[in-house]
Amino acid sequence: MTTEVHVSDAQLLEVALAREEYELASRRLGRVPTPVELGVIGALWSEHCGYKTSKPLLRRLPTSGPRVLQGPGENAGAVDIGGGLACVFKIESHNHPSAIEPYQGAATGVGGILRDVFTMGARPVALLDSLRFGPFEEPAQRHLLDGVVAGIGGYGNCIGVPTVAGEVYFDAAFRHNCLVNAMCVGIIETDRLTRAAAAGPGNLVLVVGADTGRDGIHGATFASVELNEASSERRPAVQVGNPFLEKCLMEVCVKLAGDPRIVAMQDLGAAGLTSSAAELAHRGGCGIEVDVAQVSRRERGMTPYEVMLSESQERMLLVVRPADAASVQAEFDRWDLHSDVIGRITDTGRMLVTDGAEVVCDLPLGMLIDEVPYRHPEGRRPAGLDAKLGIDPLSMAPPWEIGETLLRLLRSPNIGSRRPIFRRYDHQVGDDTVIRPGGDAALLRVRGTGGGVALTTDGNTRYGELDPRLGAAIAVCEAARNVVAVGAQPVALTNCLNFGNPEKPEVFWQLSEAVEGMREACLALGVPVVSGNVSLYNDTEGESIAPTTVIGMVGLVDDLARRCQAGFAGDGDSVLLLGPVGMDLGGSEYQRLAHDLNGGRPPTLDLDLERRVQAATLEAIHAGLVRSCHDLAEGGLAVALAESCILGGRGAVLDKRFFRLAAPLVQIGLLFGESQSRFLVSAPRSGVDAIRTIAQRHDVEARELGLTGGDRVTLTDVFDVSLEQVAAAHASALVPLS
Amino acid sequence: MRFLAEVVVSLKPVVNDPQGLTVRAGLHQLGFTEVSDVRVGKHISLEMEADTEEGARRRVTEMCEKLLRNPVIEDYAIQLRVLEPR
Amino acid sequence: MKFGIAVFPGTWSDRDCARAVEVLGHSSVYLWHRDRDLQGADCVILPGGFSYGDHLRTGAVARFAPLMDSVQEFAAAGGLVIGICNGFQILCEAHLLPGALTRNASLEFRCETTWLRVETAETPFTRECRAGEVLAIPISHGEGRYVADPETLDRLDAERRVAFRYVRPDGSPAGDASPNGSMRDIAGIVNETRNVLGMMPHPERAAEAVLGGEDGMRLFRSILGSVEEAGTFAPTVTPAAVGSAPAAPGRGPISDRGGPGRRAPARRVMKETVHNAAADGQGGGGPGPAGEPGGRRRRGAAPR
Repeated sequence: MTTEVHVSDAQLLEVALAREEYELASRRLGRVPTPVELGVIGALWSEHCGYKTSKPLLRRLPTSGPRVLQGPGENAGAVDIGGGLACVFKIESHNHPSAIEPYQGAATGVGGILRDVFTMGARPVALLDSLRFGPFEEPAQRHLLDGVVAGIGGYGNCIGVPTVAGEVYFDAAFRHNCLVNAMCVGIIETDRLTRAAAAGPGNLVLVVGADTGRDGIHGATFASVELNEASSERRPAVQVGNPFLEKCLMEVCVKLAGDPRIVAMQDLGAAGLTSSAAELAHRGGCGIEVDVAQVSRRERGMTPYEVMLSESQERMLLVVRPADAASVQAEFDRWDLHSDVIGRITDTGRMLVTDGAEVVCDLPLGMLIDEVPYRHPEGRRPAGLDAKLGIDPLSMAPPWEIGETLLRLLRSPNIGSRRPIFRRYDHQVGDDTVIRPGGDAALLRVRGTGGGVALTTDGNTRYGELDPRLGAAIAVCEAARNVVAVGAQPVALTNCLNFGNPEKPEVFWQLSEAVEGMREACLALGVPVVSGNVSLYNDTEGESIAPTTVIGMVGLVDDLARRCQAGFAGDGDSVLLLGPVGMDLGGSEYQRLAHDLNGGRPPTLDLDLERRVQAATLEAIHAGLVRSCHDLAEGGLAVALAESCILGGRGAVLDKRFFRLAAPLVQIGLLFGESQSRFLVSAPRSGVDAIRTIAQRHDVEARELGLTGGDRVTLTDVFDVSLEQVAAAHASALVPLS
Repeated sequence: MRFLAEVVVSLKPVVNDPQGLTVRAGLHQLGFTEVSDVRVGKHISLEMEADTEEGARRRVTEMCEKLLRNPVIEDYAIQLRVLEPR
Repeated sequence: MKFGIAVFPGTWSDRDCARAVEVLGHSSVYLWHRDRDLQGADCVILPGGFSYGDHLRTGAVARFAPLMDSVQEFAAAGGLVIGICNGFQILCEAHLLPGALTRNASLEFRCETTWLRVETAETPFTRECRAGEVLAIPISHGEGRYVADPETLDRLDAERRVAFRYVRPDGSPAGDASPNGSMRDIAGIVNETRNVLGMMPHPERAAEAVLGGEDGMRLFRSILGSVEEAGTFAPTVTPAAVGSAPAAPGRGPISDRGGPGRRAPARRVMKETVHNAAADGQGGGGPGPAGEPGGRRRRGAAPR
């Protein structure tokens, strides 16, 4: 313990500590922290590692349930999916790196979330991604999109994990801050699930994989005694991922899962060695000693500070018994992976970092992890929200007739076909993709069970902007609906909260409202939260993004034979609407397209009705009564109808009785409104009565709207367009992509 | 005057270069163990007209700054040669 | 029979291939790139993936793997070798097949179902197919554009060594629907002795109806039939066969899916009168050998 450092505001800013927090740390230590210690404290007390703003809110989320094997707090959540298997999953943001360098930012985002899953021992079986950009019409935004898509594919395709689903939306709110959220799902035998809790003082700590470089180090200029401006110049702003190396790491980690030689496994993510070593030791109630001199470097002249805070990709930390170290290292050698013994587990409850013989950091772990100084900022409902909510969407004259409106919506970048994106992702490797991208949710076979897992991500920015609580609740419900539409029972979710600077009262209000909305929906549907991530400070020049709660949902299908898909599957089938008739145009895509605004009340949500509609739909699917099922979302009933036609390659004729008496504006509302809790299903006519019976039992409306077949999409006397036209409009939405 | 400009774009020295690492591993595997470091870049050659070498260099530099390299992660080097008139 | 599935560090179709073999009802063994022992495999699969990261050129480093020495010997002795995707790229780098695979014309990675017209049933890998029929098999690659010099392409056509061409679902030439811009729409070729096949599409991904199609099993069943008919091809068993043994000998009853009266002589250059499928240089050229129905329209192969 040598140098005392005078700390300027600028230096504190770089380690993201408030002066009170710095003083708290000094008091707690009884001395001034060393430069390395300050970096360590700043990292572990950051929002990213310590959730200092969001944790008090997140504690309110329901996280337990009969299937939950691992809730939040580990590298990823895990649920029991039967057959002795666990499904391990998590979603995480990589927004800021993707904004700087879209390809590498997105690629390393995928790399990071993959590691979170295989750290638990699970073999990653699927990737999903949720993206937000500024308007698609702007070349700069398409360039970003193109880079992000290439990066996601570049990593996922190379490592051999299929990218099976996702979503992308374009909104001016993301012009300066794109969102890139990546989700990974893995499968493992429950008894091989590996935790990241160190145990056994004297056990060795190994770092495996890539050499450590000066990647992703923030708080750079702080340690002025060691660093000058020239050295911060030497630090790359962007990390370049190496999926090939990660593939090798993944294979060994998956193989070693459940191996008695492995005491604990932990990946190196945000704040690198600092957070992984601290968390690993603290979870097991131990201490840890690390000698940075033992860490292999990619570059010469790195300081202990840089080694401890480097975020170089494709690295893992392992704890093994001394007697097993050589044989475990041999497992990595087989895949040409380098490993270093860098320290050992202790019983001190402290993190001791040395550089050879010199101690550079000696901190109590409890202070670093349990004593994060939580912030409780003030929340305030944004002024001007009431004015927005006061708009009456049904008062504005429709600019186009209905058929043209439908085609325009299908051509909209927010609704049209995502094929130009997903055909650049390998969505089939692994040979388990039963329902591919383009439907409501992806469905993956789980071998040995006869069943599968349904996977989706969902989040609607426009609703959240008007009412963050409702927006988050709808995101949960919509994700569950996606899963139900393929015949799966929603089981658990992961979430990514993308918000602006929470020190702004309006943003903190949005955040707390969103968490509350998520909580209400989770409780109503009985779906726990098992993992998640928070991305705050998505601001540029004082402008925050629209609050965006992204939900990643996992559902379970017991028997793949009872799955369902979204395309109309036979001619002459009845088309039914399950759920209420509504005309909620507030926050709708129609409103954006027709009037270029976001206003009025977003769709109302009756959580009990939502639960009943989902239960009725699932029952009808499982009874084998339903030939297609599609969730109603952006663009409402008309768009859902068109999509089922396109996916099924056949038209449909809806009966005019239902719409006949309606005024044009009401027709717009009925057809393009985004009222919640609804599915469009098709079924052989002989089964319609049985579906009605099920719906009645759940107190859910079921309306026969018309019949499938032909090569036109028609609502008699209201609109009539050819299937070819509809399909062409839908296919052209994201063309050209770049 | 006609010039041939050869531009080499490569990752900045501090940026991780997985391609270089992989090529190095391949070389080592084949017995070229004397190789200690490999960096992989792009080679772009341009034929162009300019009044002077200085002018040519200025234009190529501009091309590099605007398009040919990604300033976030890449450096570039330019070599110029006068071409015989056609 | 036993399939040997090569595993390089970056291989990812190994397990998918093993699954297809499992569907076939036979066994497979993984062959680690550093080993030389083919473990008595009757057919070696070089699966898809990124072998060693493939930063320099796809397959460039993989061909020097110790395992590839054994595969070379095995192939030279007439053993059946199928390279899929990255495996095709490795076979080209190893000069077991002519030509090279370059970046897709779109400059983008492509994962989608393609339609392949079987150009010849006279290979051990396609004997369960009919020339001219169309199979739905997915691709997944960024570098699958087949290129070769005109002489090589002419020779491949003349010797009927193009196994598959990309076509439209109705069997007509792919034209601008080509997934990668391959010369003459080539999707797969065999070597002179017809015992080595390289193809970019992934037959192992079309092995089960629940995943969207079973056309790929036609290849696996063909291999099985060839091996069962000829016994094993392992070089330890037929060491004298170097350079001569046809990979798909035999005749007689082929499974009920085979065309009537077809035999599979598979002697070096095909001597039968055949339609030169690439006469127009675009890989079009018609339905295949006379007397066989060509361009069968596929049912149930709806695109997504």
